[in-house]
Amino acid sequence: MRVKINGKQEEIQETNLLDLLKAKNIEPRMVAVEQNAKMVDRSSLMNTRIHEGDEIEFLFFMGGGSETE
Amino acid sequence: MAFTEEQLVRYSRHIILTEVGGKGQKKIGQAKVLIVGAGGLGSPIALYLAAAGVGTIGLIDADVVDLSNLQRQIIHHTSDIGRPKVLSAQEKIAALNPDVQVLPYQENLSAENALRIFSDFEYIIDGTDNFPAKFLINDAAYFAKRPLIHAGILRFEGQIFTILPGASACYRCIFPEPPPAGVVPSCQEAGVLGALAGFIGTLQGTEVLKLILGIGKPLTDRILKYDALRTQFREVPIRRNPDCSLCGMHPTIQTIEVQEQPVCEIDPASSLHT
Ligand SMILES: [Zn+2]
Repeated sequence: MRVKINGKQEEIQETNLLDLLKAKNIEPRMVAVEQNAKMVDRSSLMNTRIHEGDEIEFLFFMGGGSETE
Repeated sequence: MAFTEEQLVRYSRHIILTEVGGKGQKKIGQAKVLIVGAGGLGSPIALYLAAAGVGTIGLIDADVVDLSNLQRQIIHHTSDIGRPKVLSAQEKIAALNPDVQVLPYQENLSAENALRIFSDFEYIIDGTDNFPAKFLINDAAYFAKRPLIHAGILRFEGQIFTILPGASACYRCIFPEPPPAGVVPSCQEAGVLGALAGFIGTLQGTEVLKLILGIGKPLTDRILKYDALRTQFREVPIRRNPDCSLCGMHPTIQTIEVQEQPVCEIDPASSLHT
């Protein structure tokens, strides 16, 4: 089915968000997932079905700035 | 208090802006901004806020300047290697604009000192790298009710958003807790384009000046993502999470907690437990 991932149209086979993360090689603990502008709880990724036309956003942890040595 | 002749000239390009004017420039002069981290993000923030004439700038950073910092931490010079970052930054600010009072804190932000330090300032800017610090800053800004400009950078990407505690989505609304140690690489391990830090830091400085002046639309309830490789900006809408452990309906975080060890440094022993 066709969905938008981080603003880009993609054709995917996966039917739930956890499988999508696995297919993209993304460790679930390093990302926050939004589906149609709604944050999805990490514990319910597996039970969250993906629908045709969904807009999915991955928000990654980012550090930066000043380093602590 | 009236502007001196020198100040009228120094700030003339601000004062001529109808959205700023003499009134706005006075607000800038009375503002108190705390910058946590005098590094890649903190450097441009401190320089632009100093140039803008922000009356009081607090800088908190326990580190000394290292040669590997200079690729992006532009407030520090080669001759500063080995010197405390807050003192190096304080000198540059004094040389740039003597109107600015700098309050240097050569220490790490901690659960013990965060609320006390935050309460002396009106606005907080997150220029830190490690995640326990970012969560601590988010929580302390919430309890101190101080607007916070959050940002993060890695490799060629950055993201930034503004948090008005209790009124807009907070960091924990998106990321409930820090990532386990070792899961997310740090700039030290993964690298970062120096100019990217300058760009995102400059955005943070712009956003805090808007808050001080009360102009425009704050960067709340949306994250601005910047991809330097593709030169693409994306705005991702976010919302307050009613289940947020900090700012939700039934918060479980009631006070500032002592954070665990910084996860930015990969610790093989601890990542085995996760
Ligand atoms: Zn929240």
